[in-house]
Amino acid sequence: MTPPANNTTQLLNIDGAHCAGCVRTIETALRAVPGVSSAHMNLAERTVSIDGAVNSNALIEAVKNAGYSATLPVNVDDYSERDAAERVHAKALRRNMIFALAVGAPLMLWGIFGGSMMVMPHSSSQIEWGALGIVTLAVLIFAGGHFFRGAWQAFIHHHATMDTLIALGTGSAWLYSMEVVIAPQFFPDAARHVYFEASALIIGLINLGQVLELRARGKTSQAIRRLLDLRAKTARVVRDEQEIEVPLEQVQRDDHIRVRPGEKIAVDGEVIDGDSYIDESMLTGEPMPVRKKNGDAVAAGTLNQSGTLLFRATKVGADTALAQIIALVKKAQGAKPAIGRLADTISAIFVPSVLIIAVVSALLWFNFGPEPKIAYLFIVATTVLIIACPCALGLATPMSVMVGVGKAASAGILIQRGDALQTAAQLDTIVLDKTGTITAGKPTVFEIFAADENEQQLLQLAASIEQYSEHPLAQAIVRAANSKRTLPTPTTEFAAHNGKGVSATIDGALIRIGNRRWLETEHIDCSALLASADAIAAQAGTAIFIARDNQALGVIGVADRIKEDSKEAIARLHQRGLRVAMLTGDSHAAAEIIAREVGIDDVFADVLPEHKAAKIAELRAQGRKVGMVGDGINDAPALAGADVGFAIGTGTDVAIESADIVLMRGSLHGVADAIEVSQATLRNIKQNLFGAFIYNIVGIPIAAGVLYPFLGVLMNPIFAGAAMSLSSVTVISNANRLRLLRIGSEREKTA
Amino acid sequence: MTLIVNGIGLLIIAAIIIWFWLWRARATQATTNAVDIVVANGVYKPDVIEMKRGTKLTLNFNREDPSPCAEQVIFHGLDISETLPVGKIKTIKLTPQHSGNYRFTCQMQMYQGTLKVVDA
Repeated sequence: MTPPANNTTQLLNIDGAHCAGCVRTIETALRAVPGVSSAHMNLAERTVSIDGAVNSNALIEAVKNAGYSATLPVNVDDYSERDAAERVHAKALRRNMIFALAVGAPLMLWGIFGGSMMVMPHSSSQIEWGALGIVTLAVLIFAGGHFFRGAWQAFIHHHATMDTLIALGTGSAWLYSMEVVIAPQFFPDAARHVYFEASALIIGLINLGQVLELRARGKTSQAIRRLLDLRAKTARVVRDEQEIEVPLEQVQRDDHIRVRPGEKIAVDGEVIDGDSYIDESMLTGEPMPVRKKNGDAVAAGTLNQSGTLLFRATKVGADTALAQIIALVKKAQGAKPAIGRLADTISAIFVPSVLIIAVVSALLWFNFGPEPKIAYLFIVATTVLIIACPCALGLATPMSVMVGVGKAASAGILIQRGDALQTAAQLDTIVLDKTGTITAGKPTVFEIFAADENEQQLLQLAASIEQYSEHPLAQAIVRAANSKRTLPTPTTEFAAHNGKGVSATIDGALIRIGNRRWLETEHIDCSALLASADAIAAQAGTAIFIARDNQALGVIGVADRIKEDSKEAIARLHQRGLRVAMLTGDSHAAAEIIAREVGIDDVFADVLPEHKAAKIAELRAQGRKVGMVGDGINDAPALAGADVGFAIGTGTDVAIESADIVLMRGSLHGVADAIEVSQATLRNIKQNLFGAFIYNIVGIPIAAGVLYPFLGVLMNPIFAGAAMSLSSVTVISNANRLRLLRIGSEREKTA
Repeated sequence: MTLIVNGIGLLIIAAIIIWFWLWRARATQATTNAVDIVVANGVYKPDVIEMKRGTKLTLNFNREDPSPCAEQVIFHGLDISETLPVGKIKTIKLTPQHSGNYRFTCQMQMYQGTLKVVDA
């Protein structure tokens, strides 16, 4: 068991505590544990911190005896810390917002309901407004201080940021108003207006915008949080014939780990004992549980369902597939597709450009505008500075990518290269490898025809001999026999005949298993079997003939069967307007049969593995945007040569470098899903970019007063502040809409 | 009066152009193979770092700014993006193989820095 800790502080998560009374009970129970010097519970966070030299198990036990439950907060990941930091930050932002709005709103209402915002020289209004000016200054310092600090730091580093715009905008409104208060006689009558309410309200609104933004941003990282949550907290390690529950971090390679039904697999490993079904859907998107027995690999984060397993840890920590998936998703979420580059370029020069626009507009108003010129000069400059929003522009692409990549990951689609998201959305041709992509990649028996109508016996006979052969077709027959639980008959004199088949002696008779040509050269009459053999060939299968001495017994059809949902998935690709081609080393006739069955447009048959990449290059040279789908191992050059390479059915083996997109699920639906997510993400990015560009392109000129000569209206700086703080929230919220996207295979699951 | 105001305006524009666009920062030479970067108040300190091509550089980012703007650092052209925790050091190791200027920024590009990779 875990040794008693030295005098340290420990943290426990408490469940079931809802009232202040519970706090007392839990604290008292913990303090009664020998060695505890103090225990303090935080009801809001449902945690209790305990000081003292005591074993954590004793503490958990004590909480349990008090009627609650406690767990160790092992695995304090980035996110719980981040959430705590964000909570603190949100609190500060809310406080700032309330303070600023509390000062600004009454001032604005005063103005709206006819109160005078003017300052008269040598009157009490100077003192009253002076006092309000000081209060507004307090707002700028306490609620908006971070903008000014940021602006200054950026300035001395020759950068201009968001903070620069806010600080200059609110600062200049305040300065102008203060000058009016101190020396109204220097201003024309109409220009003796104060704008303290604008400064305070803008600061309040921007803080409000940041609170909303913080909340919306939290949702964009949901996918990665879900992956992080898949990590087990502890593992039951068998050491010296004893099972000990240890924190995940302490599990080492080659540890033997026991998993019971309903438990998570803690680390990657290889089963050494037991038999069970494991739900891998959280990683691969594959809904069917997978059977695991001796020698099979299990992956961290998957869920053991029915049986108990003992496995040997092969990969721990950052090496597990889950950790690699998390790292991949994080990396892809930070990637910038090419479409975002223009926005990037503009962002980089945006703020100084806005500063210049503000000065130019101010000068235009001063030279050509109406009286009071000096007042308009300040107002226009302030409004331009405040309405400009580089944030929306900068956030447009990354927010959508973040949500889109996360959405893909939850469907078992890993995007390895950031650009792939954009390219996949623009593909017009999909080339599918045949074996293992359209088909299962493993030959199976699909037809047995026995001349004496005893199929079971024929299969048993064939399997008895084929069990000695390494040939994939032979293995298919053995598997079929095994699944029907037939027992092999003793055989002697097994021989393999290259290119023909195999033979052996059973009960004194010579049994031959092989192709028709061979049996016919041995003068065996196969005519009774030809109809069946033709039917097998028509289904792209291989017919295997069986004969005892000189008598043909029957024929077995073996084929690499098409995956159940290949046809449907290809139809989905067609629906999206894609041309679907098949690439295979098979003969043209065999390939055509499969192609017809699943609805392939173009067939490239007789292509040697080493020529696959050349075929892809040829298609690209025709100006097509080609996506290649293969298993990632044999097809590596072709995958790498395509515009987008999809590695399919990798399970939890995700480190496939030649692929741009890794589909952990075996189904071709993954390709359609990936394209759907990519197209939706690209559409979302475009919406965001369009919105952000239009917002600035329209907003800035209006703020500068282009409408004034025609309509006689000028934007209020407070309105600019509200628009600005909402613009980035809008971008993030639009990106979050992607989370709700229902991709095709999900639709059909719920249908 | 008109002349003075217009004159001041033009001077401000000139100052903006010179200060923000024409000015070139002196780089912090990565003499050792590690540089500590503080992320606070809208700027990376230091924000221009020079290193030799093919050498290993360790950047220790210390994010003090809790606002979400500072959360990510992206090295454009180097395929690196990392999330920075608040109040903790995040180490990023890189070995650029090609010389050139690589910008590193936050997501919104408000935080800006340049990694200058020069030939050895």
